[in-house]
Amino acid sequence: MAHIVIIGNGISGVTAARHIRKNSENRITVISAETKHFFSRTALMYIYMGHMKYEHTKPYEDWFWKKNKIELKQGFVNSIETNSKTLHFAEGDTLQYDKLIIATGSKPNKFGWPGQDLECVQGLYSKQDLDSLEVYAPNNKACKHAVIVGGGLIGIELAEMLHSRHIPVTFLVRESSFWNGVLPKEESEMINKEIISNGIDLRLYSNLKEIISDENGKAKSIIIQETGEEIPCDIIGLTAGVSPNIDFIKDSDIETNRGVKVNRFLETNISDIYAIGDCAEQHETIGYRRPIEAVWYTGRMMGETVAQTICGNRRAYNPGHWFNSAKFFDIEYQTYGWVWAQTKDNEARFYWEHESGKKCIHINYDKNTREFIGINTFGIRMRHEFFDKVLTKKQSVEYVLEHLADANFDPEFYKLHEKEIVEKFNTENDTNIQLKKRNWKRIFQPN
Amino acid sequence: MKQIQNTGLALFLVGLTLFTSLIFFGKYEVSLELLEEIVNNKGIKSELFINDIKANVVGKEFTNPFSFSSKITSAIETANETHKQNSEWDKVIWDKPHSFTYQIAKKAGSGFIKENKWLYWWLTFGLGILGALMYIIPNVVIKGPPGIKNNGIWLNASTNRGWIGWFAFMFLVGFYLLLYFRPDYIVNWTYIVDPISESLSGNLASQWFLYGFLYCTVMSVMAVRMYIKYRHNKYQILRTTSVLFFQIVFAFLIPEILVRFEKPWYDFKNAFPLDYDFFFSWNIDQLIASGGFGLFILVWGIVLTLVIVPVMVYFFGKRWYCSWVCGCGGLAETLGDPYRQLSDKSLKAWKFERWIVHGVLVFALVMTGFTLYSYFTGSEAVLVIKTQTIQDIYGFLIGSIFAGVIGTGFYPIFGNRVWCRFGCPLAAYLGIIQRFKSRFRITTNGGQCISCGNCSTYCEQGIDVRAYAQKGENIVRASCVGCGICSAVCPRGVLKLENGPEKGRINPTDILLGNDVDLMDLLNQK
Repeated sequence: MAHIVIIGNGISGVTAARHIRKNSENRITVISAETKHFFSRTALMYIYMGHMKYEHTKPYEDWFWKKNKIELKQGFVNSIETNSKTLHFAEGDTLQYDKLIIATGSKPNKFGWPGQDLECVQGLYSKQDLDSLEVYAPNNKACKHAVIVGGGLIGIELAEMLHSRHIPVTFLVRESSFWNGVLPKEESEMINKEIISNGIDLRLYSNLKEIISDENGKAKSIIIQETGEEIPCDIIGLTAGVSPNIDFIKDSDIETNRGVKVNRFLETNISDIYAIGDCAEQHETIGYRRPIEAVWYTGRMMGETVAQTICGNRRAYNPGHWFNSAKFFDIEYQTYGWVWAQTKDNEARFYWEHESGKKCIHINYDKNTREFIGINTFGIRMRHEFFDKVLTKKQSVEYVLEHLADANFDPEFYKLHEKEIVEKFNTENDTNIQLKKRNWKRIFQPN
Repeated sequence: MKQIQNTGLALFLVGLTLFTSLIFFGKYEVSLELLEEIVNNKGIKSELFINDIKANVVGKEFTNPFSFSSKITSAIETANETHKQNSEWDKVIWDKPHSFTYQIAKKAGSGFIKENKWLYWWLTFGLGILGALMYIIPNVVIKGPPGIKNNGIWLNASTNRGWIGWFAFMFLVGFYLLLYFRPDYIVNWTYIVDPISESLSGNLASQWFLYGFLYCTVMSVMAVRMYIKYRHNKYQILRTTSVLFFQIVFAFLIPEILVRFEKPWYDFKNAFPLDYDFFFSWNIDQLIASGGFGLFILVWGIVLTLVIVPVMVYFFGKRWYCSWVCGCGGLAETLGDPYRQLSDKSLKAWKFERWIVHGVLVFALVMTGFTLYSYFTGSEAVLVIKTQTIQDIYGFLIGSIFAGVIGTGFYPIFGNRVWCRFGCPLAAYLGIIQRFKSRFRITTNGGQCISCGNCSTYCEQGIDVRAYAQKGENIVRASCVGCGICSAVCPRGVLKLENGPEKGRINPTDILLGNDVDLMDLLNQK
């Protein structure tokens, strides 16, 4: 019976632990310096907004761990001694392992801005970040103004959070439009509008120059690089992306770059040491995926995969078709396959937007072969399974439009727009696609 | 906007306070003529009781219902005690003392409330409705654009089991205790709805008419809140309209109008065993006595439970009843919506739920078995247990305490579906069908779940929806009433209520869509 030690109790580490337990009787220890029990990081925003309490973000009840013989250890790993397979904790104690999984996740990026380490300057990643936000921005009396630096998914979430407590927010976005490194122009502009209509002071083309301190070492304002404008504020959120949380490994002989380098089997250069989730960096990219993927479900999938390897069924990490989702204030977003910000040479695009300006779909396909490449959908829910099948079978864009009613995943009785969408495509492309009626048999057919 | 809300809140509280305080006022005086009328109508043969009332009540003026009630109920009890000792069974007054007192009080009361029914209606119901709407409607602006706005729910003392929640709990429990067990205290409340009752059925209002009217009023006002809160969600809008329609038309108007035409009071949508006294001998006798129409109701009631209900559950899930038609569900989905997050999601609660809800179903069936046995054989008891006794126990424990006092009174503490989840025998019956033979499921959208927990938090039935969604597994649970809120609050579009082929409805998976196809096949074949 080997002792499997997992550093990190996020979705990656906990999924690995669960699957190792399913497949073996190994001793399992999960280490965390953040919280005693696994919670859903993606729900931190809802705690601040009062939708949930911390307890609700725990996907498993507290008895689960003991019942499944998964030992939980609270502690901060200072260093890994790979020769003797020993972990050294900041608290002074040590722990021996037979196999080690590093699943330490990310930390917010800081780009060397003057004042970035002052009080009231923080990211939004950990439970501790949430606690500190509760201290510095409990309401709009204690916190008269907030500044958020970095226009990505966490930035817009933080804006929504502060907005829910009626705290005025200035949102600095370096790019010319929100998240336009990922989203095509149309979608990005739609989200700009959504941000502004919620009363957020959105500043595009705006970089942070520096953070000004008051006499007590507390941030009191920021200065914008481009305009030199000084904005007084009581909290500053740094949300310019995340990077692997692996400082404690840098001195060990485990190979690292930005993240812990792993092969397709999620193995590091040291045998019996694996890395998964946000902190793992692939030697070579998989498909169009990035070498480091800080996404909830990829962390989960790596956990599912590495558990197989550890339990004697060595498997490569081989993710399926790309998908993702997010919510921007009231607009839900899902994506299946690839719709890049910029159209590639072989690609053609089809874009439809609802008159409300809060719903759209954007389809990417190969203009020569007509093969469907991907879809962005805003304000309309779509079936993952439908697009997964389409991508596997390399169906055409025409097939997708014809079967758009099967793809819809909106709640019952919602107004459907498929007809309008198909008509627009027909007009623009001089085609004669006939929308098929929704067919349960097709929908529930396994491949 | 905030000011309108505050004014509304103030008006509502004034109306509510006045309504509550009405209990403490009024004049009650029994004249000799009234006493004779009651004695004749009720066929009372107890001279002990009559003399006691003549000596202690007649001609005296009581200024609150409590002292009035205590004199009469003690007269009944003292008289009954003696009669029972002497085995003078025909002289015993079998009516429940407080219900009997209610009937006297309804006639004996006088004073400003009885003389100004409409005025007091406006000062209580009127102010309450107006104030509540003034509080609710500005949320269109205050809460921002359409969408899920659950901001601050767990930070607010009225919705996080804070002091306002506990206060509401005590108020509701108090209300139900009075309604079920001390109707004679709330005669004044019934006066103010007399005019409405007379215009519908032609009769003065009973406490049950008051309850029905209050129920419809509360549901209508809180339905406005639902329309605003979920104005982006057509499923919620239609569902709210449906429960409101069935409550007002089927549970309130039609039965009252039937009475006007001298037909039996009957709620056509109230299915046995929720309608637990449907097979009681007095009901069957009454139905048979009212001719063809009564027989139709008898047949309808049986067909509803045995055919319509299960067939509909097969096609649409139990939601068609529990959150589209049912009155209990209707109140839970309107008045109860602000409390849905308070349900217990633990595995322990689920285990408890399965024992108790199916226990109540068995209790209801056994009780009905006794009832029918007694009805057809004419014997008063089955073995040594008297049918009347088991009916009384069921009526008290399940019909009053569980469905009313706990079921609604505990909204602000244990969430809005306490009765539906733990107590309703009909829900248990529908649940068994939904679990084993139905096309309904909540589909989980592949691998999109991020385990945030909004779905579980806002499930009024305490289903740990996330436990399924994060495994990529459809939710097929006996207790799901298909309210659709899990799907509404999901930030990633993971959940959809739908009816489809039974095959593949329950789909346990080891790993989720999006991972290695070969690995999925390997693990899911095991």
